[in-house]
Amino acid sequence: MSRELIVHRAGPALSLQDHGRPGWITYGLSRGGAMDRLALAEGAALLGQPQGAALEMGGMGGRFEAGEDIRIALTGAPMRATLDGAPLLWHAAHLLPKGAVLEIGPVTSGAYGYLSVGGGFAEPEILGAQSAHLTAGLGAPVGDGARLAVGPDGGGETGCKLAVDERFCGGTLRVVESLQTAMFSEAQRARFGEEGFTRDNRANRMGVKVNPDGEGYGVEGGLSVVSEVISPGDIQMTGDGAPFVLMAESQTTGGYPRLATVIPADLPRVAQAPAGARLAFRWITLDEALGVEAGYRRHMAELHRKVAPVVRHPGDVPDLLSHKLVSGFSSGDYHDH
Amino acid sequence: MALDQTGFPIIRTAGIDGMLVSFGDRLDEAANRAAIAFRAEVARAAWEGVQESSSSLVSCYLRFDPLALSHHDLEARLRALMASRDWLQADLPAGRRLHRIPTVYGGALAPQLGEAASEAGLSELQAVEMLSQARVRVTALGFAPGQPYLGLLPEVWDIPRQSALTPQVPKGALVLAIRQLVLFGVTAPTGWRHVGQTAVELFRLGEERPFLLAPGDEVIFPAVSEAEFETLRGAPGGGASWEALE
Repeated sequence: MSRELIVHRAGPALSLQDHGRPGWITYGLSRGGAMDRLALAEGAALLGQPQGAALEMGGMGGRFEAGEDIRIALTGAPMRATLDGAPLLWHAAHLLPKGAVLEIGPVTSGAYGYLSVGGGFAEPEILGAQSAHLTAGLGAPVGDGARLAVGPDGGGETGCKLAVDERFCGGTLRVVESLQTAMFSEAQRARFGEEGFTRDNRANRMGVKVNPDGEGYGVEGGLSVVSEVISPGDIQMTGDGAPFVLMAESQTTGGYPRLATVIPADLPRVAQAPAGARLAFRWITLDEALGVEAGYRRHMAELHRKVAPVVRHPGDVPDLLSHKLVSGFSSGDYHDH
Repeated sequence: MALDQTGFPIIRTAGIDGMLVSFGDRLDEAANRAAIAFRAEVARAAWEGVQESSSSLVSCYLRFDPLALSHHDLEARLRALMASRDWLQADLPAGRRLHRIPTVYGGALAPQLGEAASEAGLSELQAVEMLSQARVRVTALGFAPGQPYLGLLPEVWDIPRQSALTPQVPKGALVLAIRQLVLFGVTAPTGWRHVGQTAVELFRLGEERPFLLAPGDEVIFPAVSEAEFETLRGAPGGGASWEALE
């Protein structure tokens, strides 16, 4: 056996994701990378290593085995996970012994779970990144039977956890004005910051559709806008007036008018909002947004200090297993998904 | 947020970490040239804190770290650069390439040549003669990686998009509308008319420049017969060649 993660069964939306490949926008290739960048940072903090690529799992995990003993961290959207049948805590690092079976089931909230490994994944890079850019056809989804190379691990803790702020069921997204905000009427801009939205069923790595409680949005002559650059977080109004929040694998340029841009610190919340989740947008100034960005970066840089040991004595049930995880096992049938 | 709306060029912010310098609000030869030239200068300057730049049809985009380089400072630098010359008259940057991409026009491989020619009021023969001799510039890449928009064709080619989408044109398809060409890097639906077919590879992993085309490059699509095309299909890069410009 070698140092690898064997994927016996893959959920429908598994791919390796890192911070993507900057530098190719002018050639029409968007940066791509993980939908929830904060989950990458959390995985790295739990394993005490620099951020690299993790296995992104949309909606559902899979069945995994390690070729050698490896450390793993489970972050992002909580999923039902077991190791040889015993429940595993989410937002935590564990030892995955050689030959043991790691089962990761469906999300219990949120949309994208992440599996990080000690030493990081060591698959070949394409244009400087391991991440698959599915829209562009770079790399490929991870499927049944895949064997993912794992890098050498300097070692470190397992049996540790991280307290994570809730971001897995919608909420308020802070937005700033952007390129084309001035094209929209003041009434529409004001309403956008006040009314409620529901996350549509349509969402993927390119973008997330949100349906307003009230009528649609648009601008006069909006179909003749010259194509301009797209940044992740841009909120585009397509023909039917429902906003799309453009995400990691959006196109590099687009001609649909864009009302605002979600700030980077709130993109994980967009990515993790499940279908049907309630969302709202709140306008903030550029200066406020820069303050939030500084805090967000500080938060990520200091995550490692918040990693705490999982205390392993029998009375400490909440630390070992969340109640939600335990209740999920009563039927014992989720393996069949 | 519009920082300045008094006339082009204008600077706007994009998200919290982007700035856009635009030389027009519709596709225009001079504005496109200005965007490409301006972006080359921004790339050459390599200001600390600027992480990436790109040019699109009429704009130059910069992505930067706003905590390392303030919006105020970057805007001041951009304004100085904007004022340093008349960018609408600027020469295109050095390092560009002229590509020749062999193309079959019309027939079963490119079934909408006749339709496009008649929209333009030309015979098929005249259309092939014009298109195979036209030297067009890569105005921008986008929609799919490495996929160029090319322009501008003579005014006679100001023909509209079709009202309905063609469900699928093959990889390498050359399609036309509104004085522009698009060369498809992947199989895709399109509202533009399929006038030519190439065997070009727009993205080649492992090459020093993995994307064949860059903004500002120029392209000629010389006509070849279907028989010649069949042999080009097996040739490296589909028989495309390039030479350095200037």
